[in-house]
Amino acid sequence: MKKILLASTALAFSAGMAFADVKMGVLLGFTGPIESITPHMADGAEMAFREISESGLFLGGQTITPVRADSTCVDSSAAQAAAERMISSDGVVAIMGADCSGVTMAVLQNVAMSAGVPMISPSATSPAFTTTDSNGLFFRTSPSDARQGAILAGIVMERGFDSVALTYTNNDYGAGFANAFEESFLAAGGTITSKVAHEEARGDYSAEVGQLAAAGGDALVILGYVDGGGSMLRTAYELGAFENFFIGDGMYGDEMISAVGEALEGTIGTIPWAEGEGADRFHAMAEEAGVQGQSSYTRESYDAAALLALAAQAAGEATPEGIAANILNVANAPGEEILPGELARGLEILANGGEVNYVGATNVELVGPGEAAGSYREYVVEGGEYVTVQFH
Amino acid sequence: MEPLNALVSVSNFMLIPALAYGSQLALGALGITLIFSILRFAHFAHGDTMALGTAAVIGGTLFLQARGASIDPLPTALLAIPFGILIMAAYMLVTDRLVYRYYRRVKAKPMIFVMASLGVMFVTNGVTRLFMGTGETRFEDGQRFIFTVREFREFTGLAEGLALRSSQAITIIVALIAMGVLFWFLNRTRAGKSMRAYSDNEDLALLSGINPERVVTITWVITAILLVLAGTLYGLDKGFRPFNYFQLLLPMFAAAILGGLGSPLGAIVGAYVVAFAELGITFAWRRVLSYLAPEGMEPSSMMQLLPVDYKFAVTFAILVIVLLFRPTGIFKGKVI
Repeated sequence: MKKILLASTALAFSAGMAFADVKMGVLLGFTGPIESITPHMADGAEMAFREISESGLFLGGQTITPVRADSTCVDSSAAQAAAERMISSDGVVAIMGADCSGVTMAVLQNVAMSAGVPMISPSATSPAFTTTDSNGLFFRTSPSDARQGAILAGIVMERGFDSVALTYTNNDYGAGFANAFEESFLAAGGTITSKVAHEEARGDYSAEVGQLAAAGGDALVILGYVDGGGSMLRTAYELGAFENFFIGDGMYGDEMISAVGEALEGTIGTIPWAEGEGADRFHAMAEEAGVQGQSSYTRESYDAAALLALAAQAAGEATPEGIAANILNVANAPGEEILPGELARGLEILANGGEVNYVGATNVELVGPGEAAGSYREYVVEGGEYVTVQFH
Repeated sequence: MEPLNALVSVSNFMLIPALAYGSQLALGALGITLIFSILRFAHFAHGDTMALGTAAVIGGTLFLQARGASIDPLPTALLAIPFGILIMAAYMLVTDRLVYRYYRRVKAKPMIFVMASLGVMFVTNGVTRLFMGTGETRFEDGQRFIFTVREFREFTGLAEGLALRSSQAITIIVALIAMGVLFWFLNRTRAGKSMRAYSDNEDLALLSGINPERVVTITWVITAILLVLAGTLYGLDKGFRPFNYFQLLLPMFAAAILGGLGSPLGAIVGAYVVAFAELGITFAWRRVLSYLAPEGMEPSSMMQLLPVDYKFAVTFAILVIVLLFRPTGIFKGKVI
């Protein structure tokens, strides 16, 4: 009797192993200020995981199960609790996320680094990550705001506005971005009449706008999210405080156009964007899968997820240490170039001991842990649509 | 023209928003003061009940919009207000039967009532989020502006512009009407007089044959009317978000206490004082003063007493100062 029990347990265990799947976390702000774009980001990441699972080539036929959790974008303690739960009770080996810079830094320093679990964020763009020592655990697929700040400052200058008012959302993302912009803009000879932080989720922004208006300036630069930043823009327009607006990547999205309406007309902004074969392929795949591939950071999310899986394959095991050690190897040259939809080919090459250079949807090139190279799209809102001006 | 530009600028960024905000606070503070003087406790559930009332109005608005009803250029929400009032009157009477009536019967201390209302606050808070979620809902329709900054500039030829949103004008007008009706009711009608008598001296009122339960019922219904009006006007002006309504609790109480708890006139005056203090103290006066200052004397700093983030600190400071130096408030109200 005892033997039968033992045998059946062993059988059940081994059967469990055969179907064993690898769990990977998708930690994004499904509630909070960027809730309108996170579902599409998660869809993008899960598209990559699905592609890997369906190939049947991942670590000898294992599959990947994504585990979603809510980072809230603004509440660090909630994000940390979600990440801890992912790691300790769901047993994820790596995290695709988090999204907003503040919660990402909190999760990295207080949870991921103590647990030794690697993270690839698709959208944490604060310059602070470039200099943070994460023990080789943190990577990102979007470039730092230090560059976006410089590019946006160049665009504002180029259009002839050399005296602007600046407002940013009061968190790591907003402050880092605002400092980067300010530095470049002042270096280029511009003046910033006033620099005011704004909070998210307020009912009334007329006091903040009043302060910016009192300082004057030819244009208003808003570095924030659709929620607070969008309200600032509409209030500033309606009170006649400013006529010209420049916005950062956090405010890009269809939601912005429907929420702010005609006030947005003529607004110019930047967003990390990639063009080329990788991006085109990704968009075609997304369309087929019913995913809104044109939304912000969906490409970066797909790439982050693909990198995690390829790194596990390169390590030959789905462990946090193995993945962390191999992310840079699979992301950068040398090796065979891998585009979206070619993940199966990448897995095969890695299984045979070859090398890959993952290009993905955003021309991924990681500059050591914590930093990525990338390009930006300059757009202008015309007739309720985002129209591309040029790439930087 | 310079003083005129200064006036227009200060109106645009401070006076008109403060007037609208003060009117919304006044309607809320009136409810707090009424409950305090008749039921004799501080109603902590006020902000969240206001949110629920607004949610009911939004529900009614959506229903009316789906049916194609509209009173363009006015917002449809105005049509849905009676529906919201009906729901909220029922909600408050049911709450009274389920919660407060028991404590009245056992003659509980006011502090126990306050704690009970705290419980009601949490439940109401949850009910609102169940229906509306935690995000923002905008339900304003109709014409958004009476005149915009650009129209004003073209019309007057001034350098500064002035915008007047429909929701701001509606807020001020509706609040004034509601206040007028309330004063007429309290001073001229039999029910109003019995309420004031009950508030003044409970025992004497009982002896003269006033039915206390009737007075309580009327108070809740009036509070429901004021709440729904205040909540809807606030939501039309600034968008509906449950948490912002909870945050209104502090300025509304500050207004009621500053004016003198139990004094309706005090609540109104207190509300405008709080609103103008909140916005005036955090306002950057540089632009206005540079119009008024003589040539070459324009201020170079922002001329701002406190950063905008300290809005709530202003209210807190008012509350603390009043409680320390004049606990009865401006119009000699009761002391908590």
